[in-house]
Amino acid sequence: MSTPAPSLDDLIAREYQHGFVTDVESDTIPHGLSEDVIRLISAKKHEPAFMLEWRLAAYRHWLTMREPAWANVHHPPIDFQDIIYYSAPKSQKNRPKSLDEVDPELLRVYEKLGVPLKEREMLAGVAVDAVFDSVSVGTTFKEKLGAMGIVFCSFSEAVQEHPELVQKYLGSVVPYTDNFFAALNSAVFSDGSFCYIPPGVRCPMELSTYFRINAKDTGQFERTLIIADAGAYVSYLEGCTAPMRDENQLHAAVVELVALEGAQIKYSTVQNWYPGDKQGKGGIYNFVTKRGDCRGDRSRISWTQVETGSAITWKYPSCILRGDGSIGEFYSVALTNNFQQADTGTKMIHIGRNTKSTIVSKGISAGRGQNAYRGLVKILKSADGARNHSQCDSLLLGDRCGAHTFPYIEVKNATAQVEHEASTSRIGEDQLFYCRQRGISAEDAVSMIVNGFCKEVFKELPMEFAVEAQKLLGVSLEGSVG
Amino acid sequence: MAADHSDKARASREPMLDVRDLAVEVDDKPILRGLSLVVNPGEVHAIMGPNGSGKSTLAQVLAGREAFTVTDGAVRYDGRDLLALPPEERAREGVFLAFQYPVEIPGVSNVYLLKAAVNAIRKHRGQPELDAMEFLALIREKMKLLDMGDELLFRSVNEGFSGGEKKRNEILQMALLEPRLAILDETDSGLDIDALQIVAKGINALRSPERAMVMVTHYQRLLDYVVPDFVHVLANGRIVKSGGKELAQELEARGYGWIEQEAVRERAVAAK
Repeated sequence: MSTPAPSLDDLIAREYQHGFVTDVESDTIPHGLSEDVIRLISAKKHEPAFMLEWRLAAYRHWLTMREPAWANVHHPPIDFQDIIYYSAPKSQKNRPKSLDEVDPELLRVYEKLGVPLKEREMLAGVAVDAVFDSVSVGTTFKEKLGAMGIVFCSFSEAVQEHPELVQKYLGSVVPYTDNFFAALNSAVFSDGSFCYIPPGVRCPMELSTYFRINAKDTGQFERTLIIADAGAYVSYLEGCTAPMRDENQLHAAVVELVALEGAQIKYSTVQNWYPGDKQGKGGIYNFVTKRGDCRGDRSRISWTQVETGSAITWKYPSCILRGDGSIGEFYSVALTNNFQQADTGTKMIHIGRNTKSTIVSKGISAGRGQNAYRGLVKILKSADGARNHSQCDSLLLGDRCGAHTFPYIEVKNATAQVEHEASTSRIGEDQLFYCRQRGISAEDAVSMIVNGFCKEVFKELPMEFAVEAQKLLGVSLEGSVG
Repeated sequence: MAADHSDKARASREPMLDVRDLAVEVDDKPILRGLSLVVNPGEVHAIMGPNGSGKSTLAQVLAGREAFTVTDGAVRYDGRDLLALPPEERAREGVFLAFQYPVEIPGVSNVYLLKAAVNAIRKHRGQPELDAMEFLALIREKMKLLDMGDELLFRSVNEGFSGGEKKRNEILQMALLEPRLAILDETDSGLDIDALQIVAKGINALRSPERAMVMVTHYQRLLDYVVPDFVHVLANGRIVKSGGKELAQELEARGYGWIEQEAVRERAVAAK
C-alpha cells in the first residue's frame, strides 16, 4: 500500500541538542592515576589529612579490585591510565563571590542548556549548585538557607568548612570498598554537592544541581553527600547533559544519602548525558553508585530517576532500611535508543522491623537499545513485618531492541510480604494506528503512548522536572515508529 | 493554489468515495478481489456479509491500516487518491473509522487523546485550537447525546471500559471530530439492546446531507435502528449483491448461503 509510515527509526532519530564544547581554559593535570596524582588532587584542594588518607586507602583498595563484568552491558576495555583525573576551570582560582564574577563563557553554557542560573534564581526559587567539570562555580541562595541552618555547598567547600560532618558521614553509606567504581571515585573525586539539613527543618526549596562534562578526556568523579537530620525534609534534583564528542567518557559518581529518625529525602534525577551517535559511536559511560541509608526509625528515602542519556548506564539507586518502620522507594524510567545500553534497577535491603519498599520500573527500548532491570529485594532475619511491592514493565519499540529483567529476591523472615509484577509489551501498531486514525501524527502518538506508560513515575517528580522529563522522552524517541 | 482549485472542481463532479476494483492482500493471502463501491454525501451504506468475507478489511484499508497490501484498483475520496495519504492525513480530511475493537492506551487519559485529536483536526482545517475549558464544554455537550458519565473522560483510553462503553466512546469521537465519511466497523457487536439503542441514537444524530456513512455489520440488528439507504452483500472479497434496506431483511430471514450460491452460479455462467 502506498502510504508508508515514517519508520520508528526515523522518529527516534533526533540529533542530540546539547552537543557543543566550550572554550574555557582548564587547569588540568597529566593523564593517568598514581598515588602522586591523588596527593596532587588533595593538595590542590587544600584538603585536611583525613581526606588524603581516605583517598589513598581507597586507591590502594581499588588496585586490588577488578572491573565488574556481571552487568548486561558491553564496551571496549577502559584504559584508566588514559584519563585526566582533575580539571578545574581557571576562574576557580579566584573563587567567584557572586554570579557576576562567574566566567561569562560558563554562564553561556548554561544558557544554551536552558539553565540560566540567574533566571532559575529569580523565577524558580531553586538554589543551584552548578558543577562545571569538576569544581563548583556558582552557589546561590546560600544565605537564605544558611539562616535556617541548612548547609548546601560544593563538596570542596564542605571539606573546608564542615570537616566534622564530612568525616562523620563520608563513606558511611558507600564505603570505598563497596565496588570498583565507588573505590575509584573515592580515590579521585574532585567535587560534588554537599547538603545537611538540621533536625526538624523542612528545606523550603527544591535543591538542584546541574552537572556537565566538558574538558577533553576528563573523567567525571562527583561525590554527593546529603544528610537529613532527625525530622528533617529535603527534595533534591539532579539533572545532567553533556556536549557532543567522539571518544567515550567515563562518569563514575557516588551519591550517599543519610536519613536519621523521622527524616525524609526525595532525590530526583533526569539524566541526559550524550548517548553516542546513531551508529553507537561515542557517548558517556555512566557507572554510578547511589545509595540511601534510612538510618533512623520512620525515615524515608525516595529515588526517582529518568534515564534517557549515556551510551551505558550502570546504576542501582538503593535503600538500606535500617530504622524500624522506614520506607524506601524507587521510581525509574530508563529509555535506550540506537545503541544505548542500560542496566539499572535498585536494591532494597530490609533490616528494621515493619520496613516497607516500593519499586516501580519502566524500561523503554527502541532502535537497537538494550534495557535491563536488575533489582534485589533482601529481607533480613531481623525485618519482621517487612513488605515490598515491585512492578517492572518493559515497552519495546521496533524489533531490534531488547528488554531484560533480573529480579533477585532473598527472604530470611517468614513474616515478610514480597510481591513482584512484571510485564513486557510492544508498542502496539494497534495503538499507533488508533491515534493516527484520529488525526494525531505518528510522532505525537509515540510520545503520548510512551508518556502514558511512564505516568506512574512522572507523577513522583517535582512539577518542573516532570515537564522537562516528558519533553526529553519525546525528543529521545523521535524516529522510533516503524 | 491552482491544483487546489481543480481538486475542488473535480470533487463537485465526483462521488465522495469511489472504490474501484479494489484488490487487497494480507500476508500474500487475497482478501478483497475487485471490490467496487460508490458513496455520495448524505448516503448511508451498509456492508453485510458472512465472517471472513472481507468487511473489516475494507474498513481498515479505507482508514489506512498498513498491514494490508493493495495489489490492484483505486480509491478516490473527494477526487483525490485516498491510498496515497497516511492515516492521519485521511483522518484530517474527514475519514473516520469507528473501530471494531477500540484500542486501550494505558496511562493516557481519554480526554487527553480526544483533545489532541480534535486540535490536530482543527489545526488542519485552519481553525484555532481549543483550550482545556472550551474543549471540556464541547465534550460534555456531546457526551449527553451518548449518555456517558464524566468519569470516562479521565480514565485511560478504553482501559477497563465495558464493551458498551468502548463503542459509545467511538461514537463520541465521531461526534467530536465531525467526519465527512464515517466508517463504522461492527459497531453493534458486543452490545446489549440498551447500549445498541444509545449507540444508534448517536449515529442517527450525526446523519446529515454532507456526511456519508459506511456501516460494516454482520447482523441486521443495527439496521433496525439506523436505516440504511443501500445494502451491499460482500462475499469472497467482492460485492455480490446490492439493494435497498429490504435486502437486509431478506438476509436476516434467509441467511447468506443463497447469495453465495447465486454468486457462484453467476461466475460459472460468466466463465462459459
